[in-house]
Amino acid sequence: MSFELETAAQPAGLRRVAIDPVSRVEGHGKVTILLDADDRVHQVRLHIVEFRGFERFVQGRPYWELPVMVQRLCGICPVSHHLAAAKALDVIVGATHLTPTAEKIRRLMHYGQILQSHALHFFHLASPDLLFGFDSDAAKRNIVAVAAQYPDIARKGVLLRKFGQEVIRVTAGKRVHGTGAIPGGVNKALTREERDALQADAYTMIGWSREAVALVKRLHFANASLYNSFAAFRSNLLSLVADDGALDLYHGGLRARDAGGKLIFDHVDYHRYWDQITEEVKPWSYMKFPYLRTLGPDEGWYKVGPLVRVQNCDHIPTPLADAERREFVDFGGGTPIHATLAYHWARMIEMLFAAEEIKALLHDDDLLGDDLVVKGERQRRGVGVIEAPRGTLIHHYRINNNDQVMRANLIVSTTHNNQALNEAIRQVAKRYLDGRKLTEGLLNHIEVAIRAFDPCLSCATHALGQMPLAVDLVDAEGTCLDRLQRGSDGAVSQPLPT
Amino acid sequence: MSATTTPPVGRKLRVATTSLAGCFGCHMSLLDIDERLFALLEQVEFDRSPLTDIKHCGPCDIGLVEGGVCNAENVHVLHEFRRNCRILVAFGACAVTGGLPAQRNHLDLGICLQEVYVTEPGLAKGCIPNDPELPLPLDQVHPLHEVVKVDYFLPGCPPSADAIWSFLTDLIAGRTPRLGHGLIHYD
Repeated sequence: MSFELETAAQPAGLRRVAIDPVSRVEGHGKVTILLDADDRVHQVRLHIVEFRGFERFVQGRPYWELPVMVQRLCGICPVSHHLAAAKALDVIVGATHLTPTAEKIRRLMHYGQILQSHALHFFHLASPDLLFGFDSDAAKRNIVAVAAQYPDIARKGVLLRKFGQEVIRVTAGKRVHGTGAIPGGVNKALTREERDALQADAYTMIGWSREAVALVKRLHFANASLYNSFAAFRSNLLSLVADDGALDLYHGGLRARDAGGKLIFDHVDYHRYWDQITEEVKPWSYMKFPYLRTLGPDEGWYKVGPLVRVQNCDHIPTPLADAERREFVDFGGGTPIHATLAYHWARMIEMLFAAEEIKALLHDDDLLGDDLVVKGERQRRGVGVIEAPRGTLIHHYRINNNDQVMRANLIVSTTHNNQALNEAIRQVAKRYLDGRKLTEGLLNHIEVAIRAFDPCLSCATHALGQMPLAVDLVDAEGTCLDRLQRGSDGAVSQPLPT
Repeated sequence: MSATTTPPVGRKLRVATTSLAGCFGCHMSLLDIDERLFALLEQVEFDRSPLTDIKHCGPCDIGLVEGGVCNAENVHVLHEFRRNCRILVAFGACAVTGGLPAQRNHLDLGICLQEVYVTEPGLAKGCIPNDPELPLPLDQVHPLHEVVKVDYFLPGCPPSADAIWSFLTDLIAGRTPRLGHGLIHYD
């Protein structure tokens, strides 16, 4: 079946408008919108337009290359792929329990990643929309203008990201595409000097993360009716939670809830994720559409990421972030918040959580240990799941007796959000674009909705591609009536279709 | 390797950046100059870039292109950059050699697509995406210099922030960039 506004009933004669590329997101995406002569919206799609084929070309490679190969899917969250692959390979080498040093070094690396990625997304990419307005001057909607007008916010954003990147550097060897995690453990612990240098800044980062939560709350409350309704849609929720129901971004079982908050399943062992999740392909995107198998494609689609995790868990195991979580959940009044812009609020709560976790880990002497790797009984199949900054990330490998990769399957965070992203931009198109003359500012509303998910279009192209974002308007006869493009000066032009 | 900028009088240098078949890691490494970013912004302004909402490149002094060329769209964007940028830089391993995505070059693209979108276990209904909105994939992933003339090659996966900083400050000052000891590496 097709969702509302997914496919125009009579595409002939509709005008096509494209947003290509979607900017201030990681990776390449394109949105197309089809409109009739009265500017009514008939079709809205987010396309992932690049195919890269990682699953295929890792076949035949020795398995220990995987953590350093597959992280090159994404330069923004390489640690997530690095660790998801390493966790899958822990299973392959029979390492059922890592040493305390290895587990804590990996967790430290992961929380460094969460902190830097969330800071990057909020300060460098999304904040211009929120601070200046969705339809503010396109030439100013960027971090440069934020640095000019809000120098303190921009500076703290840059330094928060720097701290997260430094945590990654000391645990993984370098800031982007490191080598720290290996099958069964890690290849490096921290030196006392490395730990002390990070410790010196850890409290400051917690303080600045609290300021970031306060800022995003201020923005939300100042314009609550917009923030509560913009691109809002109801959906199921999916994330990992710890055994005790706590928020844990490194390990746990799968928990899904319906839109009203009722549990669908809980503490499901992710090693058989395919019992719960099925994917479908649509001809207009290289990104697949996953759904919960028991509910089917129409009812079973879901969202992942910060907005889900903060509400799906029972508590956050650090005090400051948990206090913020309680305030967030209270704001929802007993049912899940589905406001797309609340992703930003939840994301900053997670950044605070990451800062608190990092501080706690930096006071743990296990980080300085020298017992780094374990091995056990060799297995042929391994699944690793982690909560990446953008949501649940699944890596699945089969290895032969020659230690070669036979098969790989990756379901990345942004793929889980595929239907949700499309639903969000269709809501925006219906509410803000339908029947109106398109302007650059209106089109940016579509991108604001996409950015809230912090999609990683780079990751999403793993199958063999790249995601350009364009919006097209097509008439009822399927003819491209019009295309809306933003020029190099940010101006909107409508070159006539040929 | 003689292309240099003339230090501008009374205006900032204009820099465009893009990622083709790359992972954005080189852009992340650019941001890893950390607070030096603010010093950079004293001297340059950004044109088309993932950091701005400028969708198409205008006349620029420097263009940094990350990633190789894997589909028709990449070819168009690369030509747009070459047309508009006085100095075009192959920015990082994939732009210089094709990088990891070029691992697919020895595979048949059709079989690849078939395996990922049709025969992959766990798929409800498979089909190879073929909508006209999707740019046609090329049969191989190419480095930039196989498509356009490139003025500088900055290696590394990604190039380190210090290498990028050294390279850009040389270029901005009108010097031929020279990467000192420890700044050239390929991993």
